[in-house]
Amino acid sequence: MDARSLAILESIMRVLIPDPLRSYTAGIAVVNAPGATLAELVDELDRRYPGLRFRIIDEQGGIRRHIKFFVNGLQACDLRPMLRERDEVMIVCALSGG
Amino acid sequence: MANAKTARGGRVVLLISTRKGLWQLHGEPARRSWRLAGPQFLGHIVHHCVGDPRDGKSMLAAARTGHLGPTIFQSNDRGRTWNEARQPPAFAEGAGRVVDHTFWLTPGHASEPKVWYAGTSPQGLFRSEDAGVTWRGMAGFNEHAQRKAWCGGDQDGTPDGPKLHSILIDPRDPKHMYIGMSSGGVFESVDGGQDWRPLNRGVRADFLPDPEPEFGHDPHCVRMHPLLPDRLYQQNHCGIYRLDRPAERWQDIGGTMPKSVGPIGFPLVLHPKDPDTLWVFPMDGTRVWPRVSPGGKPAVYRSVNGGKTWQRQATGLPKSQAWFTVKRQAMTADNGDPAGVYFGTTSGELWGSRDEGRSWKCLAAHLPQIYAVEAA
Repeated sequence: MDARSLAILESIMRVLIPDPLRSYTAGIAVVNAPGATLAELVDELDRRYPGLRFRIIDEQGGIRRHIKFFVNGLQACDLRPMLRERDEVMIVCALSGG
Repeated sequence: MANAKTARGGRVVLLISTRKGLWQLHGEPARRSWRLAGPQFLGHIVHHCVGDPRDGKSMLAAARTGHLGPTIFQSNDRGRTWNEARQPPAFAEGAGRVVDHTFWLTPGHASEPKVWYAGTSPQGLFRSEDAGVTWRGMAGFNEHAQRKAWCGGDQDGTPDGPKLHSILIDPRDPKHMYIGMSSGGVFESVDGGQDWRPLNRGVRADFLPDPEPEFGHDPHCVRMHPLLPDRLYQQNHCGIYRLDRPAERWQDIGGTMPKSVGPIGFPLVLHPKDPDTLWVFPMDGTRVWPRVSPGGKPAVYRSVNGGKTWQRQATGLPKSQAWFTVKRQAMTADNGDPAGVYFGTTSGELWGSRDEGRSWKCLAAHLPQIYAVEAA
């Protein structure tokens, strides 16, 4: 493996996909994907799994009301946080309605 | 009884959109026996599912979940398989508004076979030219200089959010359209949606300081008769109205409803062949607006003379202690002769009549809260 491939590999984040979104990922619960920011990571997920982004991010770039993002266990309130290599990103569908 | 005459060889299919998914109720031609199929999209809030009368096999469904944002599903095989829209209705980036859900779907004019329209919450108007795969906002409404004044704020909408609904396309002219907004009122466009104007004269808005304003009304459901497109009816927050274009002033036709029942309700359904015949489903709109069947005694009311007089039609319906509501999209008629009339309740029952409302039978029960019923 050359140095460039290694660098790309190291910048890849581990993304935990919640059950309600796995219809987009063909059932896959953990996805490895790159992105310098949370926004870039979500764009990459949408490129791989078309339609996923709009279900969790609205057209003004806001995180939808019952969706939460955690980076290494800390909640992100928007998509601006920078990501570091090997970060773990968890997408959570919070409780809503009966 | 004659068979129902529909695009599907005499068979009637009812598309039942609920708070928890989509069901289809299949009736044989005589409409005596029914088979319930589903659910599809289990767990999704399905606001509206509509079949395309232009090809008899396409369908669109507007859905979201409690967690996930709104989307549109599209079927080319009468709902057997579905694909998600590539670009669902969404306001322009930077517009500051967010589509909470798509509330209403209307197939376009017969001369534009792949065109569909969608109304959203909050009030937005969208058009697809590829049978629902991609959608774009109609700037003539969404970016109209008066839109904010017409629509008001979120507090001016329904408890489930302000809505754009009742998108009506004149079968004589694809550029002639009407929309209804809760709140906002009824609006008309004669240029394919590039510009709009209020069309509310004669309609009360007794929740506003000016009881007869130019806009700000709350039409719950507006219908245009397909055989007489100049005939409009609306079930409004403040009564039942009729408008015969080119007149501009709505006529109050709810005043002859029994005082104990009142003229308030959500849905209004037209007879497919007789512009003078319509049905409403009254609810209690007194005091704090319980929005239940008045007195716990549900009944349909029919007029056969354009709203001059009304007849109660409750044979077969519960006689007491039945407190359900019928939402604005949850009542419809088929094209049979005599027409079949159907309504779905907030308590998950689907009621049908094979004889234009003279008698009713429960065709399905124990479903989730029913949001919409359409015959396909």
